[in-house]
Amino acid sequence: MNAKQTVRVTAISAILLAAAIIMHIAGWHDARQITLVTSTLIAGTPITIKSFKAIRMKAFSIELLVTIAVVGALFIGEYVESAVVTFLFLFGAMLEIRTMEKTRSSLKALTDLAPLEARVMRDGEILTVSVDNVEIGDQVIVRSGEKVPVDGPIISGTATLNEAAITGESVPASKMLDDQVFSGTLVEHGYIEVIAVRVGNDTTFARIIELVEEAQESKSKTEKFLERFATIYTPSIVLLSVLVYLLTRNIEMTLTFLVIACPGALVISAPVSIVAGIGNGARNGVLIKGGEVMEQLAKIDTIVFDKTGTLTRGRPEVTDVYGLGIEKEELLRLTAEAEMISEHHLGRTIVKEAKKRAIHLSNQPEDAEVVKGNGIMATVEGKHLAVGNRKLMEDQKIPIPSEMEDYASQREKAGNTAIFVSISREITGIISVADQIRPEAAEALAKLRKNGIKQMIMLTGDNRHTAQLVGEHLGLDEIYAELLPKDKVAAVQSLKEQGHRVAMAGDGINDAPAIATADIGLAMGEGGTDISMETADIVLMADRLDQFSHAYALAKATVQNMKQNTFFAVGTVFLLLLGVLLGKVFLASGMLVHEVSVLLVILNAIRLIRYTNDKPSNQKQSEVISDEPRITL
Amino acid sequence: MKKAVFQMEPFSCPSCVKKIEGALARANGVQKVKVLFHSNKVRVEFDEAIVAANDLQELIEKLGYPVLNLKVA
Repeated sequence: MNAKQTVRVTAISAILLAAAIIMHIAGWHDARQITLVTSTLIAGTPITIKSFKAIRMKAFSIELLVTIAVVGALFIGEYVESAVVTFLFLFGAMLEIRTMEKTRSSLKALTDLAPLEARVMRDGEILTVSVDNVEIGDQVIVRSGEKVPVDGPIISGTATLNEAAITGESVPASKMLDDQVFSGTLVEHGYIEVIAVRVGNDTTFARIIELVEEAQESKSKTEKFLERFATIYTPSIVLLSVLVYLLTRNIEMTLTFLVIACPGALVISAPVSIVAGIGNGARNGVLIKGGEVMEQLAKIDTIVFDKTGTLTRGRPEVTDVYGLGIEKEELLRLTAEAEMISEHHLGRTIVKEAKKRAIHLSNQPEDAEVVKGNGIMATVEGKHLAVGNRKLMEDQKIPIPSEMEDYASQREKAGNTAIFVSISREITGIISVADQIRPEAAEALAKLRKNGIKQMIMLTGDNRHTAQLVGEHLGLDEIYAELLPKDKVAAVQSLKEQGHRVAMAGDGINDAPAIATADIGLAMGEGGTDISMETADIVLMADRLDQFSHAYALAKATVQNMKQNTFFAVGTVFLLLLGVLLGKVFLASGMLVHEVSVLLVILNAIRLIRYTNDKPSNQKQSEVISDEPRITL
Repeated sequence: MKKAVFQMEPFSCPSCVKKIEGALARANGVQKVKVLFHSNKVRVEFDEAIVAANDLQELIEKLGYPVLNLKVA
């Protein structure tokens, strides 16, 4: 039976019930009885069919309990009970599906962003094809208002793109030649041509969807416990009801007991919260890999951060160019031309800065030599350049004037790396390069602390000066500098041994061992690098620390929500059974309360979808107001 | 080896999962079954020389669960 038929059957039985009420008032007893039996049979048939299908598969279903109860009720002539119970069961199941869909709406909103069609250039013609038919290497054209159908670099054109599907960040990003664009993102303005590098199920977007789907299936400890509980619970309820019958010889009470004890709200109480929570995270650019991760994250009290790329942008920038007897632009041009051969990130930063200032780099460096860890030497326009740190200058026996030395150490204390430039064995300038602290870092860390993190520690391979500066700026509790990857692992290990619950946040590859050691590993997604997305427990898709603080608050709210639901569900069943045994609750009214309790559990979980950490009052509320007080049994 | 994804009508109870998983796992040529309860999907890896995706769809529908659409990769 499909959804449409269910609605029809439920509606018919509702109409018949209403008719029966009118007949009751009119005093047409026989007509009323016939109507009630008809209603029971119409609504009962699909339930019975389903219960038999389950028996064939050797599965014990709630439908079976209801079928037994209804047959029993018909047998003892309780037609009102049988009609009401079948109707309530169908109607409740229908409402459950509808509301349950709401808890999944975040994921659905994401999958709805999936592109369907692509415009590709083949044999000089532009064809519109289904995304499934785009092949690697195809040249894809995307216009304003269209979705990018593949992952790949832009080969022509510029555009502003809304990348919310990938990063959760809805502020548009502008992209041009050679920039990567991702499937599922939306071109707001502009026109781009993209070469398809990843298509179909291999795109970052498709993998995110798959990871979220799997995360929602992976069960939390509470869920696993509840499921084990339910498998023991259902058969033992059947045994108990036999016992009730033997003790009371009351068929009606026995049947009521049987139906009321259905573990409906119990079984869904934990999963609905988790699904809603994971969905909320996914929409806000945080991939939380499953219910167990959610429960662990909520318990974290210590966070260990890597510095470069995590607390800072990981993209060094030139902060100052200082020339001695030479124009700044000229100094930058010569240095950049020499650094053209460099693969070191500082060298690249200088080249990038020169390009950014539209300085034309035309000369090829000659006799270039890379002095590993110290700098480079090269001849540009016949001038001999040495570019690098103090050590390089000492090795080359190039004297550093005290004025320049003072300037350099002053820049270093401000958190920069000072790069000395000498032309023809004379220091002619200093270029300062610094990595910037992420703009949202301070606020995000403050929020984490407010939400219950006790200790924040930075572990970095960088020098003490810079580490100290970042640490002080962000108010970290402890700072360990000049570490190797294995030292980081040891540090995380020892924190765990001291009894802390540790989360480690890093930018993926070099931090991977420490991330794996921690209770919870967080990785910056960087728009989806393979390793970080696969290994970490939590991925911050837009590389933003405020997503972390959101995730932490969300995890606490989700676990709280799950607890409310579980207590409520267990409490309801317990009180109902007690009511049945005391003769206060009957089949129809018990069924009603039971269905209402299931709906309340789902509604409570739905609140998580809109959960935000931004309004502090909101979080307070979610702790104080649960749905329990609303119902009186 | 092929991979089929069946998009189902919304599942209402976790017990459906067991039913579908059990029945498919017993079918000839099926290597791996995963029912995604929350995304209403059934993922099956199967040997196309032994069984066709349409046969699997028929099997799922016989259990009482309508398939909305089928994707084979």
